Amino acid sequence: MTATKQPLAHTISDGWVVAQRNVIKIKRVPDILVFVLISPIMFVLLFAYVFGGAIDVPGDIDYKEFLVPGIFAQTVVFGATFTGYGLADDMQKGIIDRFRSLPMSRSAVLVGRTTSDVVYNVISLVIMALTGLLVGWRIREGVVDALLGFVLLLVFAYAISWIMAYVGLLVPSVEVVNNASFIVIMPLTFVSNAFVPQESFSGPLQTFVEWNPVSTVTQACRELFGNTAPNVPVPDSWAMQNPVVYSLLWAAAIVAVFAPLSVRQYRLSTSK
Amino acid sequence: MTEMIRATGLVKRYKEVEALAGLDITVPEGKVLALLGPNGAGKTTAVRVLTTLIKPDAGTAQVAGVDVLADPVGVRARIGLSGQYAAVDEHLTAYENLVMIGRLYHLGKGKAQERAHALLERFDLTEFAHRPSKTYSGGQRRRLDLAGALVAEPPVLVLDEPTTGLDVRSRQQMWDVIRELVAGGATLLLTTQYLEEADRLADNILVIDHGRGIAEGTADELKARTGGERIEVVLADAEDRDAATRVLAEVTVDGVRTSDNGRELTAAVSGGAADLLRVLQGFERETVTVVDVGLRRPTLDDVFLALTGHVAEESESSGGDSDTDETQKELIR
Repeated sequence: MTATKQPLAHTISDGWVVAQRNVIKIKRVPDILVFVLISPIMFVLLFAYVFGGAIDVPGDIDYKEFLVPGIFAQTVVFGATFTGYGLADDMQKGIIDRFRSLPMSRSAVLVGRTTSDVVYNVISLVIMALTGLLVGWRIREGVVDALLGFVLLLVFAYAISWIMAYVGLLVPSVEVVNNASFIVIMPLTFVSNAFVPQESFSGPLQTFVEWNPVSTVTQACRELFGNTAPNVPVPDSWAMQNPVVYSLLWAAAIVAVFAPLSVRQYRLSTSK
Repeated sequence: MTEMIRATGLVKRYKEVEALAGLDITVPEGKVLALLGPNGAGKTTAVRVLTTLIKPDAGTAQVAGVDVLADPVGVRARIGLSGQYAAVDEHLTAYENLVMIGRLYHLGKGKAQERAHALLERFDLTEFAHRPSKTYSGGQRRRLDLAGALVAEPPVLVLDEPTTGLDVRSRQQMWDVIRELVAGGATLLLTTQYLEEADRLADNILVIDHGRGIAEGTADELKARTGGERIEVVLADAEDRDAATRVLAEVTVDGVRTSDNGRELTAAVSGGAADLLRVLQGFERETVTVVDVGLRRPTLDDVFLALTGHVAEESESSGGDSDTDETQKELIR
């Protein structure tokens, strides 16, 4: 007997149906959105007005200009937790049994989830940009460059979503997803140039910062939005010299590793 | 006659627990089979194997002629599953739930919408069709869940404890709906803990215990093996025993049994309430005073007692509260 094949078109259309369902949920339960957005806004205010005064940024630039692209990067990384949270939530509910008993594509639940989270990231970037403008951040390069900056953030966010999808499938509950994801997120976002200039890190930490993709996404955004100090040279690691390319390579590598891992994990928990 | 469900020697182990221990299931086309058993007997595990949610450790199964291991996607296209936990998205409306399911069966958007409307009408859900389903009552949710199983008009339906946890009225409604489906020619596998439910809905009943079938037959056949219905009397005074026995002897089909203390009498009957009425009139005439008198229909416990010599165990050493708990854990893992 030959098995019924799942054409690629089904993966796309099923993923789309699941994504639509998730977006409806964002609309119906906006409290989750509010909750997840509040923390980056708090970070902007905290760093702009509390810690900012104590942080020395080299060159002729206001700390808030320096900070906001870093907060963007942090926001999309934090936002990816939403993916893990949503999947873990689905896995605990009866709806997943329904999905599993349907002739739909096995990866549709994951493809749909990561896709709908792009919508979520767009919303959160808009809110973060508005918050940034309020505290004095400005886009100083062209519109095209700025758009490129936002697209880069979304692509990177999509990649991180796949890591969190894997985490969401591995751990048994929504609460644990939160804790588990912090183990990944905290070092990535704080040991980076997002909040403090990389010169302030010492020795091996500085090397980590230079090659940390969160740093390069931040650096790329600073360049694309025109938030760099003109008189400060870019650190001379290849990653920091080519932040867009380096960040995209990371995004591609993350998806290449975590998409198959997640699909495998989903199947494993399905076929026991 | 074509067999729409055919499973042989299904085995499924969870650590030390043998949820299925060589279960055979056969359901001919257009027939209804009830899997009857207590919590932990393996009903839900059997359902999950047949609906491709889990793989058996041993044994084979075909649903609508398609092998569950060789072609799970093919099986999924031919079945509708409604579980004991209503598998609907609570933030979506009934309409959105049904359209989503239709599209995931690849019916196409237009057809999915058409089916959703038809099913909402049929299941009496039109009134709440555009409210999020978390606002529904238990019975409404369960009806929506069942509607979900019918979206693609699959030839085989699998209902896992469709009325567990419902109140009497909702249960009655579900029974009506299910009977309609059956009248429409659906092949149905249903699990239940209630003999009455199996009796009302199924052509055939397979009693399972510890993961294997222990008896199969029609409701009447099973009841015959359990002694059918009986009248039970508790006397106020043991001195009335002889008079009461005389009255019961007029209606019984199988003699009158008396307990050791002489106050509790049991008589197998076949005439139901009419027999009970005659007994009550007899007691009145003979001035027999009773503490309690009642007509008892056989329950799952009686069937179990008759078939296995022990009552239906809710839980045993490691079988735990149920196979559903076990599979829930499995699902989360």
